[in-house]
Amino acid sequence: MTAPPDDCLARNDWICGAYVSTRDEILTDAVVQHLQLTGVSVALALLLALPLAVLARRWRWAAGPVLGITTVLYTIPALAMFSLLLPVYGLSAALVVAGLVLYSLTLLVRNILAGLRAVPEETRQAARGLGYGPIRLLLAVELPLALPAAMAGLRIATVSAVSLVTIGAIVGHGGLGNLIYAGMNTYFKAQVLTASVLCVVIAVVADLLLLGVQRLLTPWTRGQAG
Amino acid sequence: MTTLTDAWSWLTTAAHWSGENGVWHRLVEHLFLTVVCLALSCLLALPVALVLGHLGKGGGLAVNLANAGRAVPTFAVLVLLLLSPLGPYGEWPTIIALVLFAVPPLLTNAYVGMRGVDADVVRAARGMGMTGAQTLTRVELPLALPMILTGVRIAAVQLVATATVAALAGGGGLGRIITAGFNLASTPQVVAGAVLVAALALLVEGVFEGVQRLAPAGARGSGA
Repeated sequence: MTAPPDDCLARNDWICGAYVSTRDEILTDAVVQHLQLTGVSVALALLLALPLAVLARRWRWAAGPVLGITTVLYTIPALAMFSLLLPVYGLSAALVVAGLVLYSLTLLVRNILAGLRAVPEETRQAARGLGYGPIRLLLAVELPLALPAAMAGLRIATVSAVSLVTIGAIVGHGGLGNLIYAGMNTYFKAQVLTASVLCVVIAVVADLLLLGVQRLLTPWTRGQAG
Repeated sequence: MTTLTDAWSWLTTAAHWSGENGVWHRLVEHLFLTVVCLALSCLLALPVALVLGHLGKGGGLAVNLANAGRAVPTFAVLVLLLLSPLGPYGEWPTIIALVLFAVPPLLTNAYVGMRGVDADVVRAARGMGMTGAQTLTRVELPLALPMILTGVRIAAVQLVATATVAALAGGGGLGRIITAGFNLASTPQVVAGAVLVAALALLVEGVFEGVQRLAPAGARGSGA
């Protein structure tokens, strides 16, 4: 009979290098799944939010319902949202993506709309005076000026999505949340802590990357506050 | 459509509402957690935010706390607390996690509200001979009230949501109906539980909206 190994895995320590080195494949897969779920959801939400915000800007009567519905969706807790989508999507990754899209949509529509509304009327008139049609006005003047507000919304939506993906563990598609859930059931401290820290790292890195993109896209705001 | 009718019949079955695992008991647990943690978080966050806002210090703290609250997954914190030495102490891990996530919106909104008070008004109060404490309670606090109430509303909705997730980590509340439904592979029960949770969240949001509307004109805010 051999004595049980006395390493950090056997002692069930919170911080364990052996865990990271022996489970690097599981960790990589979970991180990749986490990034995919976040990326797909936020991208889809952005594709939906942009036309919604532009429509709500064009037609005043559409703004109320669009903001109202997205706010109601945002109020529903994530676990309930995923559960409500269960009859439609079953236990699939699509369920998690659909839930996250609905959350990100609120943040994006609100911020893009605020950005579009903040474009000064004089600027709009100047562009019209230069012979800009409505589409060119939107693409070349209004959207670029709304970019800082839109990017702020995108950063908040992305960071929130990274954190909410973990709740997808309830349907088995939660990226790092799966490891946290499994670690909870087996009382595996190193797994829970490692996965949690990775989650926060992904959120911080994504936020900084988007901040960098924002700086590159809006060189005119450099040097100003905000 | 059959799932919806099944969920409806789950909700209308009297047996599902009574007993230890019944809806009433879970609803009381959920409301108890929300109310106790909201009171605790207000006691912790508001005095700090009011004093910092009055002194004009710690703005970075208020902003960073809000960002951290968004980046750290509630589920991760719940499980970490559950596996910590606090784990065996009943609802304490849940209560601590709930308070941790309710404090940032309270602190940030109250701080922003205090800083948003017109500097001329504060100077006028000083000129009338008000002390710092008098300025804080009689001038700044009433003017910052709309933002403070907005923070309380966001925190309350956040608490309802976090209390739901707590069910994943073995806590009580309406989330248990959802997790039990998943364990039983009963989609109607999952949907029924989700409808109850969503209704509670919307109700809490609605009640706070109403309170803000009924409040004296000065407390009515346009804060998001």
